[in-house]
Amino acid sequence: MFSEYLFFIISIAAIYSALMVLISKKPIHSVLYLTLCFFAIAGHYILLNAQFLAVVHIIVYAGAIMVLFLFTVMLLNLNIENDFKKPRLIKFAAVISGSIFFLLMIAVLKSYDIAIVQNPALTQIGLVKNLGNVLFKDYLLPFEITSILFLAAMVGAVMIGKKDIY
Amino acid sequence: MSIFFILYKLILASVILLVSLVIAMYSTLIERKVAGFFQDRLGPNRAGVYGILQPLADGLKLFFKEEFMPNTADKFLYILGPSLTMMVALLTSAVIPWGDSLVIGGTDYSLQIADINIGILYVFAIISVGVYGIMIGGWASNNKYALMGAVRAASQMISYELAMGMSIIALVMMSGTLSLNEIVQQQHGFHWKVFYQPFAFVIFIICAFAECNRSPFDLPECETELIGGYHTEYSSMKLGFYLFAEYINMFISSAMISALFFGGYNFPFMDDLGLSHNALTIIGTLVFFVKITFFGFVFMWIRWTLPRFRYDQLMRLGWKALLPLAILNVIITGIVMMIQNHV
Repeated sequence: MFSEYLFFIISIAAIYSALMVLISKKPIHSVLYLTLCFFAIAGHYILLNAQFLAVVHIIVYAGAIMVLFLFTVMLLNLNIENDFKKPRLIKFAAVISGSIFFLLMIAVLKSYDIAIVQNPALTQIGLVKNLGNVLFKDYLLPFEITSILFLAAMVGAVMIGKKDIY
Repeated sequence: MSIFFILYKLILASVILLVSLVIAMYSTLIERKVAGFFQDRLGPNRAGVYGILQPLADGLKLFFKEEFMPNTADKFLYILGPSLTMMVALLTSAVIPWGDSLVIGGTDYSLQIADINIGILYVFAIISVGVYGIMIGGWASNNKYALMGAVRAASQMISYELAMGMSIIALVMMSGTLSLNEIVQQQHGFHWKVFYQPFAFVIFIICAFAECNRSPFDLPECETELIGGYHTEYSSMKLGFYLFAEYINMFISSAMISALFFGGYNFPFMDDLGLSHNALTIIGTLVFFVKITFFGFVFMWIRWTLPRFRYDQLMRLGWKALLPLAILNVIITGIVMMIQNHV
């Protein structure tokens, strides 16, 4: 009962902040609303008894990626004044393609059979011990390959960042 | 979940909140006294005996000062900045085990607000969010010095978070748990983690200084270059919140250092005293606060001893010295653990 109320509060917060990301005029407000949205989604993870995922989500997205976003927006100092006008044609195109994508999402959700396998509060998979066991025993190879991918991405980022490397 | 349980947690949370605030308040006085001692002068001694009323006077002064807001500031974010900093500073105390449990009428009352099984990660999440208050405040002031301070704070905190996390991974590998309470329990008696992971401790304490924006890493508010850094444009109690949050962060960091590396509420020969469980818990909590006070003193000691780093030195230390050392520590810990398991 209690978690049901929490679910609605968090969902409203998530949807509201996600909408505000698009609506806000100032880029910096958009970034902050996006951060708020990530927090709301982390709340959903906790409701699904996936505490580890929730905390890592906050550390990685809110703590690192969004800080860098904020950093960039602050340094570029994007304001309403130097916000360039978009041509009308592009606006129409954006609305139409957005609507088509919305239809697609609805179609996918309708055809997908939403089956609740078990009560999320009773699953233990989100706890760090079980997650670690699954990752390092059953899915060791994909896990290692993913980490190599991350390493490659890091090296690539350093290469792009360093201009005088050649 | 009974009403009684909720009430007990609520009381515990309020007590810890109050204690954090009072300790932060008196840290300002102790800091000035310590500074006076290091510089061979007396420090504040006018208000009350030994200046004991000085924090109250300072607080009142901050409350009654004129509230000033720059014309070009983003009003909402300008207020949000200090509030967020204060809130985040207070959040961490929820997972720190302030003591063992008290047994009253056959029921166990833990002296920890929330014993979640990912305690350490929770602390890291809070630390990583801590930079928002400073960044938002610095940007919303619409002042180039404040912005510079905010940018410095952000890059500094992200850089040192990595080394801090890596140093803790070695500790977590040894203890096999992420719950702070279990880590403290494993250090029962004199099995303090600092003897097994001295390297991790050194890296952790350096990073803790950087995360608290304390000297020698106080570049975000470096007054010789940036006037006041991110809080240049702040006055009255909003400035007070920023300064106050720094002392709360200091208190919480000291508590984390003592809990992770110096046994928390454990002390040597605790089993030989022949005391009851409750008495041991109370003494343990007192011992914990003595340890916290000591590390608080270390924070001040270093502030009034060492000069400030230059910014490029700071970055080099974080990325090229501390991070590789912390990773090396993780690797060595892994190898030693593997050898121990196979012999």
